[in-house]
Amino acid sequence: MSDIALDKPLETFDEQAAPATLVRGYWQSVFNRLRHDPVTLFFAAIVLLIVLAAIFAPLVAPFDPYKDSVIARLKPIGWRDHLLGTDELGRDMLSRLIYGGRVSLLMGVVPVLIASIVGGLLGVVGGFAGGRVNTAIMRAMDVFYAFPSVLLAVAVAGAMGGGIGNGMLALTLVFIPPMCRVTETATTQVRALDYIEAARATGAGTITIIRYHVLGNVLGPVFVYASSLVSVSILLASGLSFLGLGVRPPTADWGLMLSTLRQSIYVVPFVCALPGAAIFVTSISFNLVSDGLRAAMDVRM
Amino acid sequence: MALAPVPVGSRFDPPVIDPRDRGGPAQPLLIARELRKHFPVKGARGKSVQAVDGVSFTVRKGETLGIVGESGCGKSTLARLLLHLVVPDAGELVFDGEAVGTSGGIAVNALRRQVQIVFQDSYSSLNPRMPVRDSVAFGPFIQGRKKAEARDLARDILAKVGLNADLFGPRYPHELSGGQKQRVNIARALATGPRMVILDEPVSALDKSVEAQVLNLLRALKRQLNLTYVFISHDLNVVRYISDRVLVMYLGRIVELGPVDMIFDRPLHPYTRALLASRPSMDPAHRIEEPPISGDPPNPIDPPSGCRFRTRCPFAEPVCEHTAPPLAEWLGMNSHIAACHMQDPGSGHSRAGRT
Amino acid sequence: MDGSADPPLVEVSDLSVEFVSREATVHAVNGISFAARRGEVLCILGESGSGKSVTLRSLIRLLPRNARVDGSVRVNGRDVLAMGARELRDLRGGLVAMVFQEPMTALDPVYTIGQQIGETVRRHTGSDRGAARERALELLELVGIPSAVRRLDAYPHELSGGLRQRAIIAMALSCNPQLLLADEPTTALDATVQVQVLVLLRRLQRELGMGMIFVTHDLGVAAEIADTIAVMYAGRIVETGPVAQVLSHPLHPYTAGLLASTVHGQHKDRDIDAIPGSPPDMRRLPQGCSFAPRCTRRSAACRTTVPEPRFPAPGRMAACLNLPVGAE
Repeated sequence: MSDIALDKPLETFDEQAAPATLVRGYWQSVFNRLRHDPVTLFFAAIVLLIVLAAIFAPLVAPFDPYKDSVIARLKPIGWRDHLLGTDELGRDMLSRLIYGGRVSLLMGVVPVLIASIVGGLLGVVGGFAGGRVNTAIMRAMDVFYAFPSVLLAVAVAGAMGGGIGNGMLALTLVFIPPMCRVTETATTQVRALDYIEAARATGAGTITIIRYHVLGNVLGPVFVYASSLVSVSILLASGLSFLGLGVRPPTADWGLMLSTLRQSIYVVPFVCALPGAAIFVTSISFNLVSDGLRAAMDVRM
Repeated sequence: MALAPVPVGSRFDPPVIDPRDRGGPAQPLLIARELRKHFPVKGARGKSVQAVDGVSFTVRKGETLGIVGESGCGKSTLARLLLHLVVPDAGELVFDGEAVGTSGGIAVNALRRQVQIVFQDSYSSLNPRMPVRDSVAFGPFIQGRKKAEARDLARDILAKVGLNADLFGPRYPHELSGGQKQRVNIARALATGPRMVILDEPVSALDKSVEAQVLNLLRALKRQLNLTYVFISHDLNVVRYISDRVLVMYLGRIVELGPVDMIFDRPLHPYTRALLASRPSMDPAHRIEEPPISGDPPNPIDPPSGCRFRTRCPFAEPVCEHTAPPLAEWLGMNSHIAACHMQDPGSGHSRAGRT
Repeated sequence: MDGSADPPLVEVSDLSVEFVSREATVHAVNGISFAARRGEVLCILGESGSGKSVTLRSLIRLLPRNARVDGSVRVNGRDVLAMGARELRDLRGGLVAMVFQEPMTALDPVYTIGQQIGETVRRHTGSDRGAARERALELLELVGIPSAVRRLDAYPHELSGGLRQRAIIAMALSCNPQLLLADEPTTALDATVQVQVLVLLRRLQRELGMGMIFVTHDLGVAAEIADTIAVMYAGRIVETGPVAQVLSHPLHPYTAGLLASTVHGQHKDRDIDAIPGSPPDMRRLPQGCSFAPRCTRRSAACRTTVPEPRFPAPGRMAACLNLPVGAE
């Protein structure tokens, strides 16, 4: 037992030793901060709604999205049971939008997920190793960075022949360099801190240090950036489909719907604008949620 | 390991023998010879930051060696060299009689089981995503203990530094005050059971009232755990209080070395004198009227030729520009030596041999 | 008060500053009152979290947007808290100048020293570029920068820490302020440079007859520079008085504890008399005296009553319920 008892709370003043805020843990305090952020919460609810609708599409959609009808073509909003009208083949818009959400979300999230893993790995390796390894990796990424993302996505998807799989592959390739860069920056910053040196001083190896000390501190900024990339991915995916390089008809997809409804814009303008509205709302909701997350995670404690 | 009782707190305690001891009480725990580390400057070919340039000293078992100097003197780089956190460009380290990093000597990994380092408290010295007890348990865990065992060890050591493990263990660094964080740093360094602890400005970032607590703690721990300290600081008062011997550095070189009282009462080197005279007096009736030296410590990238202190030295002469004064021969633990031409009768300096 | 008929240069009455955020409210300054006279150096001494820097900044309202200020602050008779934006801009740099702790971040890296000093001069006196440059040169020489002409065209990163701090002092003096505020200007400097800057500041203050309010955590620095000293703890002033008296006969237990725990020549084999515990959390101040949890002199009343300032001797104040017997 130590002969020093300097932090023993003086008997009647125990609050000296109690934690100042009762919130502990990093993610807990992030959550707490989010709770007081109405804007982020609102848009998070919208994202949740979209995701749930996409998952439970068969239960939620009022009609079969592939059932066409010659007589019910291009009907306006609220015509008979079609809440949002019908498209140029007589299919219910609402159902097609809901099913289209599945594709959009898929093409939004999957490429970012894979790019995070691949790009993240490259970034951590580069950031931690430093020197020539880092230079080699980052310059390789720079080659891809030279292309504007839309161009690169179109080029790759086009070269591979379109389709949902190739579309996702193209988007993954587009997102690997930025994920790599963000991870590398975060890793380099963490690498220079004293607690990494302290870990090295106890004899910990590189993998151990990365696992226990680097990953936990790097995942935060990486996650925030990835969530903002999802909104970009949704836009790019819709763009690819619009150009005919993504999903093929008759699959419901917002970009594709925009493309096919283009000619009918003077017939039922509001109906034709709906897929665009869906893309806009989804993308911006993800974006604002990502912003809110960044603000909640950014505060220096 | 029990010995006859001696007055508690006396620095003349006979050293307790550690089971890992190899060389015996007379063998210095650490010998550094001609350590050198230059950092190349990016973009300027041929130029380098001469952080540590030919530093040699010894550390006796059970003593506290204080290292003082201003910014650019290389003391922080030296701290990292002693643990091979930064690999020296030249020179050797001998730990308890065994050369570090060579075959037949002691491996760097083994060295790190016996030597640990405490950094200056800053927000970056503890992993912000790890509860404090995990940060402390990490060292023992890495060195082979099971998680449960490491956790228990962490509890014990946290208690030793005065922190209630149940109350403070699960907390995150941002929930601790500066003094508490520094205790955790100390606990982390001690968790692996080292024989020697290098302390790099351990109290510089703390408030004065907390600094006193931590210094008391360090002294008590040294006695209890039979440690040897290398204490680096820019604060002369703190160094005087805690050290047995002191080493003064300037621009990567040692300028003076000796027992603490001799350094403070009879400094030999003009830089040491200036440093001592720069301490604010605590008496408003006797204020410092004239600064002891002018100018700033020069840039370690382009140090002056010969004696590096000559640009600020009131006694500089041509010989100081041509020849770097060697540190006088070190004869033993009570040796008080300085690297100055004025101390060397054969140097050619007009004041040589007269101080 | 002594018989000086001059109104004080700075008069602060019942000043409170809170920082309000979504998570918590930090009570940085809790009802302090003090005065600073012309031509004198007042040193505000305190540790981190004591509110000393916030107090200094409130004098020219250099506070973040979420600060709530209460009370009264008068500089040269004018109410600072009621000033409009333009009046405030005229005050800052004109009547009152401030020197900060970090020489590197206080200077803009893309302009030369001469340009930055010149900008301040032109802003406050309306002179032209030539006259401003002359004045800048004059100032650099005043603060003892060698080769001042060359240094006028130097960028901040080309100067060493000590020279940068001198340049900042030059900038602060450019418009002949009557009051100089200094927020730990020597803390980030090396020991041999710190003493140079302290001696310089003292000399300039005497020669130019400025009032100076100097914030520090270092007792030695306070002893070197102050005429009067005000000790702050947890947002309150706990003791004031002439520096020699406060340092030799402290009345408040915190001041006494601070003196005892400052490492200065204690014998190596004895523990330093440290103040136990840590400073309070400024978001949740304890009831009663904020120092009571750590105080050796505390009594039951200390936990419930905030001590009022007492004046046991002329020029001395201590906010403690248990002053030492026979305090003089």
